[in-house]
Amino acid sequence: MANVPEDLHYSKDHEWVRVDGDQAIIGITDYAQNSLGDVVYVELPKASEEFAANEPFGSVESVKAVSEVFTPIAGTVVKINEALADEPESVNSDPYGEGWMIRLKMSNPGEVDSLLTAAEYEDFTKAESE
Amino acid sequence: MVDFGGWDMPVQYPAGTIEEHLRTRTHAGLFDVSHMGEIDVKGPDAIAFVNRLTSNDVTKLVDGQAQYSALTTPQGTVIDDLLVYRLAAEHLLLVVNASTTEKDWEWIKSHHAGESVELNNVSADYCQIALQGPDAQSILQKLTGVRLSEIKYYHFTHGSVDGVAGIVSRTGYTGEDGFEVYAPADRAEQLWNKILEAGQSGTPTGVLPCGLAARNTLRLEAGMALYGNDIDDSTTLLEANLGWICKLDKGDFTGREALARQKEQGVKRKLVGFEVTDRGIARDHQEVVVNGERVGHVTSGSPAPFLKKNIGLAYVPVEYASVGQEIQIDVRGRLVGAQVVKVPFYKRQK
Repeated sequence: MANVPEDLHYSKDHEWVRVDGDQAIIGITDYAQNSLGDVVYVELPKASEEFAANEPFGSVESVKAVSEVFTPIAGTVVKINEALADEPESVNSDPYGEGWMIRLKMSNPGEVDSLLTAAEYEDFTKAESE
Repeated sequence: MVDFGGWDMPVQYPAGTIEEHLRTRTHAGLFDVSHMGEIDVKGPDAIAFVNRLTSNDVTKLVDGQAQYSALTTPQGTVIDDLLVYRLAAEHLLLVVNASTTEKDWEWIKSHHAGESVELNNVSADYCQIALQGPDAQSILQKLTGVRLSEIKYYHFTHGSVDGVAGIVSRTGYTGEDGFEVYAPADRAEQLWNKILEAGQSGTPTGVLPCGLAARNTLRLEAGMALYGNDIDDSTTLLEANLGWICKLDKGDFTGREALARQKEQGVKRKLVGFEVTDRGIARDHQEVVVNGERVGHVTSGSPAPFLKKNIGLAYVPVEYASVGQEIQIDVRGRLVGAQVVKVPFYKRQK
């Protein structure tokens, strides 16, 4: 059973969002890392790049496949997780912690309210795997 | 699970592709390759008939020996790559790719020109289980009276594994020592489970069941071509570095003339191995760039779990095919540096 922390917001593309003041930290969910398999490469944007909601900001690669990752909310990148360059496997081992990807200054903090709650995301993944 | 030539096949088992790949290199991996096709050729003209349709020299085989070869078009391109097993002087078994079995079968039947042979597509009769890796022999030996150490590479013998009569062949698609067992299709599950048990699956150094993804990364590290990616009916054997299975002097065969001409004139492009030198992973179908010009494409690109590099195979013009040549790969719009290297990327210690 995939781990879905209560205090995060979720997208249907399997990203999570942790709100920190007017900033947000984004990564991919436990369910997503599990279906991708061993992550061997993560491509992230540069700081100061700007993204609209639902725009791809990077990609995650397993041995077999490349998957784009999307930001569920609009914002400007203030920091990226540079440690993923050498330790992409953190995305598998600790998707909600060491495996975080980018920190955004949110353009519109209200946007997170339109995302899924933990309970809603859990129902969504159940329905998807059926 | 994915659809693979009409078969539902696992991409990976719970251990994951990297672990499956590494375990096969260090201990043993088990692959269900029952999807492969088998075509039985029997009769006084069996050798002559297959020799006419394939590029390698079937007359060189002795009973109990197998040969890597190709079914060729008149243009010298590849209908399929295959193994030719000599069961007896008048009996051959052709082992072909799953996705091409129907095409091969139609081609072979339609090119039967009065030779005295009986042709049967027996793909559904066989399962094929491949046990690969340095521990393969000791594991399989627990289940068979066949003296495995006496089977040489690319040779086989009839024998029983766990009481199931079949063919035990010292062949594989991983670059490791190992065996492929052909047996009646309804015994696949029994053999699979018994080999896992004999190989202490579940322990840290035991055999691991391996999926399609590991099969692909293992064969790529070993520099083996994958039909549909690196070779197909638009690539000739010489372009694909398969000149060693082109026996132009053996007598006539389909495509011989075209291949002899190409050999004389020299190929214009070649399949080369490359290693990515920048950060990034090259993938199938991406373009190869040299001096800003798009000169070729990647046919297989992947991380190489044992070598811990990102590698690939690509067709490039011969002037860029030398080892050490700097190339770039267009990785989704980003040009990533790479260098032509020797193939195979990985060679096991004997």
